[in-house]
Order: sequence, then structure tokens, then C-alpha cells
Amino acid sequence: MVYENPDGVRIGLEIHIQLNKLKTKMFCGCSTDYHNAAPNTHTCPVCLGLPGTLPVLNKKAVEAAIKVGLALEGEIAEETQFHRKNYFYPDLPKGFQITQYDFPIVSNGKVVIEGEDGEHAVGITRAHMEEDPGKLVHIGSIGKSKGVLIDYNRSGMPLIETVTEPDMRSPKEARRFLDKFRNILEYLDVFDGNLEGAMRVDANVSVHWGTRVEIKNISSHKGVERALLYEIMRQKNVIRRGGKVSQETRHYDEGRGVTLSMRTKEEAEDYRYFREPDLMPMQVTDWIPAIKETLPELPDAKRSRFIEQYGITDMHAKSLTSKIMLADFYEDVCAEGVDPKIAATWTADVFLGELNYRDLAISSYDGKKISFIHAKDPKIKNSFKVSDMVELVNLFAEGKISDRAAVEVIRTMLDTTEEKTPSHIIEEKGLFKAEDDLVTKAIAETIAENEAAVQDYLGGTEKSLNFLVGQVMKKTKGTADAKTTRELIIKELKG
Amino acid sequence: MITKEDVEHIGWLARIDISEQETVEYMEKLNSVLGYFGQLDELPTEDVAPTYHVAEIYNVFREDVVEESLPQEVVLANTEHKQDGTFRVPKIG
Repeated sequence: MVYENPDGVRIGLEIHIQLNKLKTKMFCGCSTDYHNAAPNTHTCPVCLGLPGTLPVLNKKAVEAAIKVGLALEGEIAEETQFHRKNYFYPDLPKGFQITQYDFPIVSNGKVVIEGEDGEHAVGITRAHMEEDPGKLVHIGSIGKSKGVLIDYNRSGMPLIETVTEPDMRSPKEARRFLDKFRNILEYLDVFDGNLEGAMRVDANVSVHWGTRVEIKNISSHKGVERALLYEIMRQKNVIRRGGKVSQETRHYDEGRGVTLSMRTKEEAEDYRYFREPDLMPMQVTDWIPAIKETLPELPDAKRSRFIEQYGITDMHAKSLTSKIMLADFYEDVCAEGVDPKIAATWTADVFLGELNYRDLAISSYDGKKISFIHAKDPKIKNSFKVSDMVELVNLFAEGKISDRAAVEVIRTMLDTTEEKTPSHIIEEKGLFKAEDDLVTKAIAETIAENEAAVQDYLGGTEKSLNFLVGQVMKKTKGTADAKTTRELIIKELKG
Repeated sequence: MITKEDVEHIGWLARIDISEQETVEYMEKLNSVLGYFGQLDELPTEDVAPTYHVAEIYNVFREDVVEESLPQEVVLANTEHKQDGTFRVPKIG
């Protein structure tokens, strides 16, 4: 099957990610750990842009950029350097942003995603290093702003901006690209996507190979998909009415799910880029062999290995490797000698499914327990131990609990922060699988007590069988296995 | 040659109000500065790589080690325009 792309959609992305796993900012020794700090407590003369100060580049930021470049299968520049991008806005107090211009550190990479018609390569035009601006808070709405409050804690945070080719053909592909990209960055351990402002995306999109429109500053993967869906529909409507899509920048209103035209500037942007005289150029290609040594196994390689090593399905392998923390958790569960296929089902299908249902995002894994936080309310958090998953998988594998009971255990553990093992919960809730004679007894009683239903069933009313099964479940407090019970009743009645 | 429009554009980029009279004056001054560079243009430089740094130094880095930041009150000491630990500036538009 080849994807026809009926609307001629072309989508390109520009993604800013913070290298928030580094300890210090891009050009000064201020800590990057500012997320719960009071405003302007993580600043110094350099990131405040005071006169006479000089930036000095964080070596780890360059290493991280090379790591990202290699993981994106890009070329690392022989010589690379910084430029000043001049603009008037108080988010950077110097009056310019230090960024890279015509000599980016990374160019010509690619990321293979699961596209509309199978594997699809998205080209990476370039990836470059730059500094993050400070954070502005408008008093009142942006339109009726009475003034602006500035916190420079974020100013000078190390960023990597990645620019893709317009290779994505649907909002779904754009979202899959972002998921994969984030996953790769987390594997590289340069980025924590759960922190506020860690990733910001600009998307450009055109239909029927026409004029492209840029949508600025979208903060979530879901937001990107929705903004693009809306924008494609809008452009198609403009064309259907005989109009022309004009080249412009639009803003995505997350609450209303629409893109809005931003006020066009009277004069064109003029950033007057010039080489940053305070920073020396870099020649760092000789670092590449050593950095290659430190590259971890990346998602695609891990997925293939999981299929091979644990004998699990590609679906499970894909799901388990979609987060490095989940992959590590699964491998540690397997290392305890449990059946890897059963562990894959309970981890990838049930555990992950229940997390998604609750809007919980995996945030860390320390080798003993995997932690997660609520996507919208970071106060809601919990964790799940390797030892608990091992116990649960073993109880299920040994036939001591039904699959319904195992799901119940996982749900209970996610909904309480009390320290309880699966056995505790099973005992408390009486979830152990009923002994066979208990089930046999319950079936005999049910048949004796429900003459009418039995006759209906024998007369051809299938629904009555469900009623009888339900009665047995009631008598055994849900500990009987529904499928077995059903078979036993049929055997009893029809011989 | 720098035109009056160029001077107006530069003034806008720097957010400086320039009067009609100043525009003419700056245009003349800027053109005379550019005139000096015109003299340099006469030299044969086709085979000379541009010099961006006089010192041929590469790879100046810092280790990723945290240094102490300034206390908030010191950061805000030189401004009267502050609110809840932030700098307060007029609306931007």
C-alpha cells in the first residue's frame, strides 16, 4: 500500500529541546535546576547580559549536541561556531541571542518513523545549539497587556533546535515523529521531557504543494497534531472557496483548538546575524569516536533485540521500547526469572494501558521502581516496584489468580500510594482463584436454584447462560474463572 | 551608498527616533565611514580568507560544574521596576 496523500500535505517541524540533564547553563555556571525556584535566583552577570561579561561554552552541551547528531544519523561539522541574532525583546537582556547560523553543528540526518504506509524517513535538515531566552509573564492577556514580568532563570539554558525537511504527510506522522524524537533524546539521557518548557515546537504546513503557513510555539505532541488538523482543514476551505492561502505565521490557541493569524509586522524581520566575537570557533570532530562509544542502544535496535531475546511480539517490543525507563523496568523484571512473554503482556498491555488511562506519564526509573506523574497535575504521583511486577506475573503464571484479578491488582496499586504488595491486595480483596470444588459446588447450587434460566438456556436462549455464569461469579465473589465456569456449566447441562 | 531609507530602517531596528534633519546628517556620516572601507576594497583580497578572530584559537570550553548564582536582591538591586522578584517592564507591542 502506498499512501496517496490526497491533499498534498507537507509538514515540516522546528523543535526546540532543552538540554535539561546538564548541570549548568550554556555559557555560565548557573544551575539548570530552576523549575521550583523563586524568580531570578538562578542568574549571574553572564546570563543577565551585564556589560563586560564573557560567555564560556559548556563542553557537555557540545558533547550532547554531537550525541544527538549521531543518533539522528547526521553529519557533524568539521568546524562550527556561534552567531549573534539581534532583536529587540527583553526575554534576552543582551539584546541578542547566541545561536548558530550558517555553520550548525549537525546537518543532513534522518529519523525513520512508522508512516501512513509503513516505514517512512523524515529528513533532518540541521540541528544547532543556542541559548534559551528568559520567561515573560504578561500582566493581563497578551492583547491587553498592562506590563510584563521577567524571570531570567531560564535565560541561557542550553537548547538544541532541530529543523526537519517537510517530509511528513499527515498530522499523525508529525506526532509520530515527535514521539520518536523525544524517545531517542531520552535514550541519550540528554533530555527530560516531563519538565515544563522542555520541548517547544513550531510547525509549517501546506496543502496541494502550495504556500506554507507557520504555526508557532506549540507545547505538546497532541497539540501539534490538533493544530495541524485544524490548519489543514482551514487551508482546504480557503482553496475550496476560491481563495489563496497567504504565507503567514499563526498562533495555536490550545483552549479553542484553532490557529489564529498573528499580527503581521510592518517591517520584515532583520536579525543582522554576525559571528559571535566572544566565542572561539570549534573543531570537535575528533571527539566523535569517543562519543560513539558512549552511545546507548537506540530504540530501533532495542526493539529488535527484545523480539529476539525474549521471544515477544513486535507490538509488545515496540510498546516496551517506547520509553527507555519502561524498557529498563521490563528487562529488570525479566532478569528475576519470570516468563518474559507474560511479563510483556502485563507490562505493555495492562500496566502501560492503565497508566495512559489515568493520564500518568512515566518520569523516572531507579532500578527498583518506576515512577510516574500526572500529565496535568504534577502533585499526583506514584510508583510501581519491579518486585511487585515479578510477584504478580508469577502468581498469574502459577494459576493462583485469574487475569481479571491481576488487572484488579494493578489498578489498585496505581490508585493507592500505600505500600502494599500484590499478595496483600489479593488477600485483602479475596482475589485468589477459587478452589475447583468451590466452583463445582457453586455451579451445582446455581443450577438447582435457577430452574427457569436452565430451561431457557436448554430451549435455545443463549443469554440465560450468561446469567448463570454471573450467579456463579457472585457466589464465588468473582474468584472463579469466567471462561472455565462457562464451559463447566455447558458440560453439566448438555453433557 | 546608504540612503535616507536605510538610516530610517536602522533607527527603527535600534528603536531610536531620528528627526528628518538627523536622518540626513547620519546618512552623510555613515557614508563617509563607508568611504574608508571603499579604499580597502581596492586591495586584492580574493585569495585571503576572512578574519573573524585575530587569535587562531579553537575549542575554548568550561566544565559542567555549578557555580553560585547571584542572590535575587542583588540581581534586582539596580532597578526600581520590580514586582514579586521579577523585572517589570512596559508592555511590548
